[in-house]
Amino acid sequence: MTSDVRSDQAEGAAIDHLQRVPVVAVICGLVLLAVLVCVVAGGWLAPQDPSAQNPLLSAMAPGHGHLLGTDELGRDVLSRLLSGARSSVVGPLVVAAGCLLIGATLGMAGAYFGGVVDTAVNRLADMVYALPALLIAIVVLGVVGGGYWITVAVLLLLSLPYEIRLCRSAAMVEVRLPYVDAARTIGISAWRIIFRHVLPNILPTVVATFLLDFVGALVGFAALSYLGLGVPPSSPSWGTTLAEGQSLITQNPWLSIAPAVLIIVTASSATLLGDWGHELLAHAGTQR
Amino acid sequence: MAIVLFLLKRLVGMVVILIIVSFLVFSLLALSPGSVVATLLGTQPSTPQVVAAIKAQYHLNDPFLVQYWHWLTSAVHGDLGRSIQSGEAVTSVIASHLPVTLELAAYTLVLVVVVGIPVGMAAGIGRGRLFDRSVSGATIVGMGAPGFALGILLIYVFGVGLGWFPVYGAGSSQAIDRVYHLTLPAVALATGLVALIVRQTRAAVMDVMEQDYITFARTRGVGRARVMLGYALRNTALPVVTAAGLLLIVAISGTVLVETVFSLPGAGQLMVQAIEAKNVPVVQGLAFFVAVLVVAVNLLVDAAALMIDPRTRAGVRG
Repeated sequence: MTSDVRSDQAEGAAIDHLQRVPVVAVICGLVLLAVLVCVVAGGWLAPQDPSAQNPLLSAMAPGHGHLLGTDELGRDVLSRLLSGARSSVVGPLVVAAGCLLIGATLGMAGAYFGGVVDTAVNRLADMVYALPALLIAIVVLGVVGGGYWITVAVLLLLSLPYEIRLCRSAAMVEVRLPYVDAARTIGISAWRIIFRHVLPNILPTVVATFLLDFVGALVGFAALSYLGLGVPPSSPSWGTTLAEGQSLITQNPWLSIAPAVLIIVTASSATLLGDWGHELLAHAGTQR
Repeated sequence: MAIVLFLLKRLVGMVVILIIVSFLVFSLLALSPGSVVATLLGTQPSTPQVVAAIKAQYHLNDPFLVQYWHWLTSAVHGDLGRSIQSGEAVTSVIASHLPVTLELAAYTLVLVVVVGIPVGMAAGIGRGRLFDRSVSGATIVGMGAPGFALGILLIYVFGVGLGWFPVYGAGSSQAIDRVYHLTLPAVALATGLVALIVRQTRAAVMDVMEQDYITFARTRGVGRARVMLGYALRNTALPVVTAAGLLLIVAISGTVLVETVFSLPGAGQLMVQAIEAKNVPVVQGLAFFVAVLVVAVNLLVDAAALMIDPRTRAGVRG
């Protein structure tokens, strides 16, 4: 087998791959859309009151009008998961959005201006990069304590370095290109160049890392609430439901399986969309 | 000489990082809600003698930085204080929980190396084929699946449903029983790591397979096995080894959760229990221990990279 045949195959496969991915990407997009609908209208979609207790139907397997059974206090699992989408997803979304705004701005500014601040931010990012972020969140939130929005702030701070690094390295390529010089020559202000000229060119990276940040924060939130940190135990987030369900796995397995599957499916869908975005970007890069 | 200098420089950088981290770890005590004395008292009766003893032991009447200095010097000498729950030395509490964690880590490492590297190589060599595409798809699900959620599914399917594996505890200290008990936790922990290493290996192999020396070796008629093992594997090793630092930090957070899910009496579960009990000295000890571990592994990774690839040595000199 010669290398020509091989590279032809690889090229064919790459094109194949590009045509194939959108189907999967569409499915993932639909999954994320469904999750978003639950975030907005989960409480309204819930077939029953998620906090209505019924001691006679404690930890019951599916049936009796409860599609996924009931939890220890006889509350409807499906309703709790639907209404729990909000506390499970809003925090991660805020983390990812915050990363996007702050991280992209700092990353692009660092690449454009350079200098001591850029070096310092980069060194700091390198350091945080080498630390187990989730463990730090567990320790800080566990020892210092904190509610939902403090959890958001801690996760935001811990995932910011990734965003800064990625946006900085993407912007680094752009700021050396002639169009940036040209813009500077005709007297366009630095921030205008950054936001109107550099940003559109690194947008694929920004969007892809937004999704990856979201996945990291979603898993982080779920892990923290599984351990009873971050989300108040009374609120029906997926992580807390998972923790409740584990001890009742023989009575009503769905109480723990359903939230586990929800977390895995949501995270995988967002990862796949982000990955697809990255691949698209890499492909566009080789075409140039 | 240049290499020694390079490693020395890294060593200094790491000491600086450890000092910063240790300061943050020490600050946990002051940051935890309630007075420091109340935190350190735990459930002990607050007699004046006990309070005075705590104040003397932690130098609480001194300025904050002096307290930190005392804490750091004893930490360097292996004294991380006493658990407020049992009164045992923190180092011996950690040491008694370490074996299970190390066994879990070893088991996971075996899975990652034995499954991840061959699969990643096979996928990268057969780039774009059905196997590669299925593997790439699976790695995305694997990366998105957090160990604790996966652990619950494994418990349900293989523990409760099929009854093949035990669902909690580490079993007796007999080797076979231990391996049996640690199988599901190791799979739960390894899945995300295998996905990472498969992607890393696949990307590295794809890069290597496009190099001219592979084509040249083939043209010379070098056997397929030799091309793969002597050329491809060796050149793939560098990016894979440098991924070890990343794997470690993913694994550390993962271990804490997986040990909790499977009720394994390891260091991860100790961390969660210490946090729940507000046992700050134990939390500090574990955090400091993890920091040293992360820093040491990163240094080892750098040294290994220098050994594997002579070109990185040239880079250091230049």
